[in-house]
Amino acid sequence: MGRFWSLLFLSVPIIGVLTFVCAMGNIWPMSGGPFSFPADNWLPLNVSEDGPVIDRLFMFILGLTGVIFVGTSVALFLFLWKYDAEKNDEPVRFTHGSHALEIVWSILPAATLLFIAIYQMNAWADAKMRRPTESVGADGIEDTDDDIPKRPLVEVTGRQFEWRLRYAGKDGEIGTTDDLYSVNDLHIPVDEDVVIAIKSEDVLHSFFLPNLRIKQDIVPGMKQFVWFRANQTGIFDVVCAELCGWGHYKMRGRLTIESREKFDTWLEEQIEEQERSEFTPKAGDEDE
Amino acid sequence: MSSTTVDSHADEHTQSGGVSEFISKYVFSKDHKIIGLQFLFSTLLWFLIGGLLALGIRVQLAWPWEGMPVIGPMLFSGEGGQISPEFYTTLFTMHATVMIFFVIIPILAGAFGNYLIPLMIGADDMAFPTLNMLSYWFMWPAFGLIGMSFFFPPYGAGGGWTSYPPLSAVWEAAPGSHWPQTLWLLGVTCVGISSMLGSVNYMTTIIQMRAPGMTMFRLPMTIWAMFITAILQAFALPVLTAAGFMQLLDRMIGTGFFVPEGLVVNNSVAASGGGQPLLWQHLFWFYSHPAVYIMILPAMGMVSDIISCFARKPLFGYKPMVYSISGIAGLGFIVWGHHMFVSGMNPVLGMTFMVATMMIALPSAVKVFNWLGTIWGGRLYYTTPMLFSLSFVSMFIIGGLSGIFMAATPVDIFIHDTYFIVAHFHYVLFTGTAMAVFGAIYFWFPKMFGRMMNDQLGKVHFFLTFVFMNGTFYLMHILGARGFPRRLADPYDYETFSNLQPMNQFMTICAIGMVASQVIFAGNFIYSMFWGPTVGRNPWRANGLEWTAPSPPGHGNFDFQPIVYRGPYEYGSPEVDADFYPQTQPPPDGVEQTGKSDH
Repeated sequence: MGRFWSLLFLSVPIIGVLTFVCAMGNIWPMSGGPFSFPADNWLPLNVSEDGPVIDRLFMFILGLTGVIFVGTSVALFLFLWKYDAEKNDEPVRFTHGSHALEIVWSILPAATLLFIAIYQMNAWADAKMRRPTESVGADGIEDTDDDIPKRPLVEVTGRQFEWRLRYAGKDGEIGTTDDLYSVNDLHIPVDEDVVIAIKSEDVLHSFFLPNLRIKQDIVPGMKQFVWFRANQTGIFDVVCAELCGWGHYKMRGRLTIESREKFDTWLEEQIEEQERSEFTPKAGDEDE
Repeated sequence: MSSTTVDSHADEHTQSGGVSEFISKYVFSKDHKIIGLQFLFSTLLWFLIGGLLALGIRVQLAWPWEGMPVIGPMLFSGEGGQISPEFYTTLFTMHATVMIFFVIIPILAGAFGNYLIPLMIGADDMAFPTLNMLSYWFMWPAFGLIGMSFFFPPYGAGGGWTSYPPLSAVWEAAPGSHWPQTLWLLGVTCVGISSMLGSVNYMTTIIQMRAPGMTMFRLPMTIWAMFITAILQAFALPVLTAAGFMQLLDRMIGTGFFVPEGLVVNNSVAASGGGQPLLWQHLFWFYSHPAVYIMILPAMGMVSDIISCFARKPLFGYKPMVYSISGIAGLGFIVWGHHMFVSGMNPVLGMTFMVATMMIALPSAVKVFNWLGTIWGGRLYYTTPMLFSLSFVSMFIIGGLSGIFMAATPVDIFIHDTYFIVAHFHYVLFTGTAMAVFGAIYFWFPKMFGRMMNDQLGKVHFFLTFVFMNGTFYLMHILGARGFPRRLADPYDYETFSNLQPMNQFMTICAIGMVASQVIFAGNFIYSMFWGPTVGRNPWRANGLEWTAPSPPGHGNFDFQPIVYRGPYEYGSPEVDADFYPQTQPPPDGVEQTGKSDH
């Protein structure tokens, strides 16, 4: 039976790696069967300038951990195969360990982990710390404290269970009486740095744009910003990724990425429509 | 529940016993072995309940809104047998609560900690038997409160096991945030009291009550792990208890710890204000991250003992193993922020947590290498406990490596709160800890009941569980790479995830198979307890002190004073002919008696 169990443990790295290969290459052997796994079971289409950095890092870690996974799992299999008491007559190697080996297998992983830690810092800073700037500020030097951050294009407010959106009206300022209000229908111009202000009026939500590799929890009482630059037009999902109550699953928004012209036209149409309607929003109560 | 063990222990106490004696011996018992078994039976029962709750989640994800077969119509006649979205939030909240607070933590520390610590260090009982009894009986208010919270009409607590405010702290935020949430908080507090009583006891017992010759560096890894776990609990739990009371105060008397100003929740204005929701997350994870190690370290310790025994070879790198457990515990206190990378916490702080988190992978890696080193050059016996322990190592490799993805902050932006996380912690906690627990039950069962479990059935149980659990959990990595979020009652409403339903159906069928396989285990366990073949003191030819006591040990454990001459891993020693060398066996003539004086 030792042979059987060894092979069972060998099947772990084999099936494990094959599963990832099938998912990446969309080549599920079962397609067509009762559990037909359809295409596109892998990272969703990326439409963000910064997305490839995250995807590359994901693939890099996948490759690295994959090698370690296969290496250690195959070593486990080889030892199980070779030292099975039924088949192996060699005496037990009476040893309590090896100082040299311990040092090797401490330093190598430590160096690798430290490398990953340092390697990713820049991507993290780009995603969460380096908000795009409007201008370099009075001193005329980039990356200094007096840089003026780019103003948000739209303010997204999460509430149970919808996304409320607020675009600047004709005066170009969010938080004034002529703002455009909309629900769940987020429009963004393509090929531009976009900053979105996000906040919540009730519980925690999380603003998740899978195709832009953006996720930020929204904390009531805090105003936060996310930024990205979309490089492809299309219609995508806005997902809520933090439990916000019984209707969490239906807090779905729609993201439309379109050319600047189409975006401007859409904005104008919406503003006209809103002005035609009776509804006049209360001013000022949600201002900064 | 413990009455099932009466027969096997009764012969130790021949006086005629009335009802009161029965109660003091088997109900409110102060004997660590009875308390350990009480924990074991209670947690196994909750394991079943937690597993059924998981099936509820899986059914909804595979066939949303189609209703639960058989029990659906009984539970929700009003909704035509459907799982309502409110009930779905209750399902995953309770699945996690039950599995973490009622199964994993108490089965490791409560059941095995209690049963094994005095036996493995050569003590007659715990240092504080009354505290020990209380630590079990404090679980019952928790069982009652969480049970009430679950069945509270119309829906049980549904804020997730993390209970993030304001959803959990504001009454109007969800149906489950009314009384059920208050009951949930009180229940978790009782679990905390129980763990605290246990941890004080374990630390004292391990430091003070070791047998002559049992130095700290002769302790089995199980005991080292229990010792470090007890320290983790003692230092981390007060924070959770405080946080729980703060949330209770927010809910009950309108203090403002976690609820910010000016919230309009569900069309009503939240009364309190001035709080910060992130404060809860910091306090919660300051406990709950060390708790992750509370849920894995004892499993690592037990697996080390079992693997060394069935490889008939000393544990490779005993001291590095001890140091890596200590390293995990130390670093475990400064990595809680990795649960909060995208929470709104200062991203600079996120970077420091990221570095600490990366580094905690190191001691885990060292442990895996040392287990491989233990197997290398041994003589392996594929018994059921060995198979479960080997699968712990094999699966922990997956669960450990997938942690590196989420430690990398930019990647975590994408995979946070997706099924990648769910895959990761199920690989660590189910395919890791739960498999180690199964192995430990098969291994120490003969000591607990004086009878063997059936090895063939054990292997069938192992094989089916191993196959089905991988079928269930492995594909979660793929879902996560797709961005599939957790805790959605119907994810297929989203365009991006609409094609993932067949994969979820496959996983659900595997999950049903996995739960069904446990019937074999339950049958084997119950049958062997009464009718299994009886065994002597040391059926596995193992070295530990517990194997020198009678099976099952009577009150006071040892019928002689154990004196320890060496560490617990001297298998295959050239000093003796046998391939094991019990810790209490005096060295043969001519060999210097080392260690007699070092206690």
